Amino acid sequence: MSIRHSLLALLQEGPRYGYQLRGEFEERTGSTWPLNIGQVYTTLDRLERDGLVEKEGDDGEGHVVYTITDAGRTEVTDWFAQPVAATNPPRNELAIKLALALTLDGVDVAAVVQAQRTASMRQLQDYTRQRRAAATSADAAPAAQGGPKANDAAWLLVLDSLIFTAEAEVRWLDHCEGWMAQRAVRAGKQRTEVAEYLAAAAAGTRAVSK
Amino acid sequence: MSSEVLQLDGVSRTYGAGATAVAALRNVNLTIHAGEFVAVMGPSGSGKSSLLTLAGGLDKATGGEVFVEGTPLGGLSINELARLRRRAVGYVFQDFNLVPTLTAAENVALPRELDGIPARKARRQANDALRLVGIEDLADRFMDQMSGGQQQRVAIARAIVGNRRLILADEPTGALDSATGDGILEVLRGRAEAGAAVVLVTHEARHAGWADRVVFLKDGRIVDEAASQHDPSVLLTGRAH
Repeated sequence: MSIRHSLLALLQEGPRYGYQLRGEFEERTGSTWPLNIGQVYTTLDRLERDGLVEKEGDDGEGHVVYTITDAGRTEVTDWFAQPVAATNPPRNELAIKLALALTLDGVDVAAVVQAQRTASMRQLQDYTRQRRAAATSADAAPAAQGGPKANDAAWLLVLDSLIFTAEAEVRWLDHCEGWMAQRAVRAGKQRTEVAEYLAAAAAGTRAVSK
Repeated sequence: MSSEVLQLDGVSRTYGAGATAVAALRNVNLTIHAGEFVAVMGPSGSGKSSLLTLAGGLDKATGGEVFVEGTPLGGLSINELARLRRRAVGYVFQDFNLVPTLTAAENVALPRELDGIPARKARRQANDALRLVGIEDLADRFMDQMSGGQQQRVAIARAIVGNRRLILADEPTGALDSATGDGILEVLRGRAEAGAAVVLVTHEARHAGWADRVVFLKDGRIVDEAASQHDPSVLLTGRAH
């Protein structure tokens, strides 16, 4: 996740201090990815070093206020224009676990798949319920208030992303299970063919080459 | 009245006999209460649709007993079963099963009229159901004047008309785009919240996500169950950094 670009993008709306930035980030993403304030200030220091933000001074209450520079605005424009690069797949613990389960003896892969599917399904149910609640409250919000509406929509978008990701995980697990079942059938068939062949050979009804 | 709307007690269904017998369901126990929305998932051939047809009294168990609102279906005559289905059970078929020579409203009102409800009242209930699925303005259309998605919504309206206590739906979002599909799930969810027991057979995890409980079937057996947490405050806290 690019904290750097997220903070810069928020600064486009006007000067902010660290706690404000953290609050706005979390509000728009439903606190799904909590930021710690140390991270925020370290990031602001780096942005300042790189000439993307400037300290505007004090807001009178001891908060250091930052403002975005022209170079910072260009950086944000470029960020939105660039697709998120996925050249290096993020480490997927579940895929690694299943790959190992499949290649090691004595692991009940089907049980691993089912346990995970139940957990992922439960998560999907929880996200779906949250989304319904969020959609209901977004519909109920007074139309006159433009600000909260936009944040509601942002939160719905994040929830949808979580829902589709959880769905993809369950679908992938379904796929794994189907694939393993087909593989087991094929292996069983091979075993039967070998057994039939050996039985026929033993009965002397078929020539067996050395 | 007990809150158990549907109960499957050691239910089995075997097709054929002897060496070629196929067991579609094996000793399934499942209880669904009023107000509950349950999804049934599982691979093709796992017994999902068999479970639904048995629950709806469209097929008979070869072992165990199915109870709808406490009534054992095994002992009912064909007429008694038909009456129970009309009154208590709404069924959404995968292929809709609508009557092409009737309008949308007539299709929806049909089970009510067959049950002896006066035509005018049945028509009013049909309009209410069509409104719930968002197509009240298409009430006078015939089936060949409607898209697949619209017909599907007529089928759902027919299943929910007259506040039926048990709604059974077999992949009811199949012909719909994702936003319209969500609308249908909202309708099913709403029926559960109004006190019906709803059973949804689906292979779409995202749709099953709407349910209170998800039952996983495999080879005719229930292998697991996922129940959502009911405390929203524990959700999304302390999640991924």
